[in-house]
Amino acid sequence: MNTQPAALRSKSELIEKWSKPEVITGSEMLLRSLLLEGVECVFGYPGGAVLYIYDAMYGFTDFHHVLTRHEQGAIHAADGYARATGKVGVCIATSGPGATNLVTGIATAYMDSVPLVVITGNVVQSAIGTDAFQEADIIGITMPITKHSYLVRKAEDIPRIIHEAFHIASTGRRGPVLIDIPKDVSAEKALFKPATEVNLRGYNPTVMPNKLQVDKLLKAIAEAKRPVVLAGGGVVYSGAHEELLKFIETTQIPITTTLLGLGGFPSGHELWMGMPGMHGTYTANKAIQGSDLLINIGARFDDRVTMKLQGFAPNAKVAHIDIDPAEIGKNVPTDIPIVGDVKTVLEILNREAKRTDADEWRAQIAAWKREVPLRYEDSDTELKPQWVIEMIYETTKGEAIVTTDVGQHQMWAAQFYKFSKPRSWITSGGLGTMGFGFPSAIGAQMAFPDRTVVSINGDGGMQMCAQELAVCAINNIPVKVAIINNQVLGMVRQWQEIIYDNRYSHIDLAGSPDFVKLAEAYGVRGFRATNKEEARAAWEKALAHDGPAVVEFVVSKHENVYPMVTQGNTIDDMILGDA
Amino acid sequence: MKRHTISILVNNQPGVLQRVAGLFGRRGFNIESITVGTSEEPGLSRMVIVTTGDEKTIEQVGKQLYKLIDVIKVVDLSANPMVARELALIKVHAEPAARPEILGVVETFRASVVDIGASTMIVQAVGDTEKIDAIIELLKPYGIRELSRTGVTAMTRGSMK
Repeated sequence: MNTQPAALRSKSELIEKWSKPEVITGSEMLLRSLLLEGVECVFGYPGGAVLYIYDAMYGFTDFHHVLTRHEQGAIHAADGYARATGKVGVCIATSGPGATNLVTGIATAYMDSVPLVVITGNVVQSAIGTDAFQEADIIGITMPITKHSYLVRKAEDIPRIIHEAFHIASTGRRGPVLIDIPKDVSAEKALFKPATEVNLRGYNPTVMPNKLQVDKLLKAIAEAKRPVVLAGGGVVYSGAHEELLKFIETTQIPITTTLLGLGGFPSGHELWMGMPGMHGTYTANKAIQGSDLLINIGARFDDRVTMKLQGFAPNAKVAHIDIDPAEIGKNVPTDIPIVGDVKTVLEILNREAKRTDADEWRAQIAAWKREVPLRYEDSDTELKPQWVIEMIYETTKGEAIVTTDVGQHQMWAAQFYKFSKPRSWITSGGLGTMGFGFPSAIGAQMAFPDRTVVSINGDGGMQMCAQELAVCAINNIPVKVAIINNQVLGMVRQWQEIIYDNRYSHIDLAGSPDFVKLAEAYGVRGFRATNKEEARAAWEKALAHDGPAVVEFVVSKHENVYPMVTQGNTIDDMILGDA
Repeated sequence: MKRHTISILVNNQPGVLQRVAGLFGRRGFNIESITVGTSEEPGLSRMVIVTTGDEKTIEQVGKQLYKLIDVIKVVDLSANPMVARELALIKVHAEPAARPEILGVVETFRASVVDIGASTMIVQAVGDTEKIDAIIELLKPYGIRELSRTGVTAMTRGSMK
């Protein structure tokens, strides 16, 4: 697999190269502008309205273009690339259906604050508004799910708009920015001038925190007897994992990390309590409920974390550190609001923070961890999904980049794969997008050709973007795909069992393809395992294979994710299941 | 649930009204009235939105508005003494015999008659919402054929901006 673009140059070199005034097409301006932003890889799918752009890419080797098999695959791949690297992911699609096929992916990125620049073609400007062939108002459609969007009216605006879009996508609270380029604009010729400055009066994210609030938090930490840190995706996105580790080591505050925060703190650490919320650990949920100081660092008090708001952390003074002021106080009343970049705030806190006086509390938490750990009933006759995750963890030594789809396997992966590095865990948390798991792994692998990238999927979600196996095969992108096949929509089945009185409605996935044959039909190695021995052997073969591979693990149908907090209950009201 | 009058300074870009109105809609904020026009600065428009909500809601309205790239400044005008005005055009049924009486109402409200037809008059009234509501009430008995209100535009009193 060759992912190194032919001619990656620095921005100053490129500006030098293009310093002579030159009249070029909007499409060529687009490519140059993307190169100026350091783009190495673009995921896309051509069509009528982007023909000029694709024509400009004919024989172009300065960045990679990965042709997916569906626009949804392209945007999830760009998303995976962005989450794995922290850089802006880029995708291109044509107007109309091409653009609307991106909608789920844009919403996925928006909900999880992932920086994307999404480029769509549109019909020529004179045809806009006439219901022209393959016309869709993609700006209007995506307004609620983008951080910002642009309809480009003139080719000469392209350099500025691309530069602004990358700036907006990758600063403050990250998010997707859409750029809609009518066909006549991509054809139009104009004088190219590289954009070097951003002038956005209405956009100025707060990075430095208010000192008064920081002092209030330091005082609260000094007084706390039962403090808890709740860390979220903001830690990973601002690159604050080292500062967080230092903060926790200094203050000795027990910490829980949300689904998107996994990897932001080493999971082997004695103060780590696991994930909180609906499928959180007993310890994390009990600790939040018992805390007298809850410090939220870059999480957004999602309803899957808080569950019933009334009665959430009932005795806690709440501090909330977030780059987005709108998140503070949105769901949970906050005593100490701190708007700022998580890394910057932690650096400031670390100058003065001291060990908390909470030995009794730490002992209590250690006891909870010991007494009620995550657990499952293993079996020698049936393959258990949790065991499969643990096996994947062991065989990849915890060092893989893991992407997941959505459902039970996602929760088991979150619970049983012990992450210790940021940006190694890629999952659709906010939107919960099935079909995300596999294509996002392609993006991650494009970014890190030498790392092991594992994509854990259910048998349901795998069938939502399975066509991208072709992309892995043709480009030899060596993603290792695990399909945890329980032959049902497992999470829906679990809810129907527990909440809907065993009324299993439309969850049976009988009729799924033979996944081994499916993989082989695309030219990808396929394996199947029905017991532990086969599972380990197949998985090791897949890992050793120099290319993409699919391993289908046929697992027990009736396994549930525990602990579970059902809706309408507070997080200490957990169903622990079994044992 | 208090009524709030919010002034929003925005980039005069295509789609900016849609961005602001869409945000109110999808976050469940209420819009009682909305007015838009140019501002004192070229390239910027000012919207005045009247909305209702508790303190927490209004705080969210402000924070969410600031997340829009095209929003430059948000001010809750009703937090301070303000001047708020709207204009109404009221086409009222007015046979010649009824006109003197109607003119009496118009005078009392310092409104004016801007058109007279065979059996109608158009009354133009300017004032705060309560005043407009009141003149409409008084003109109702004569028969209101058509009513068009601009919604409130407003600014704070004195030198505060």
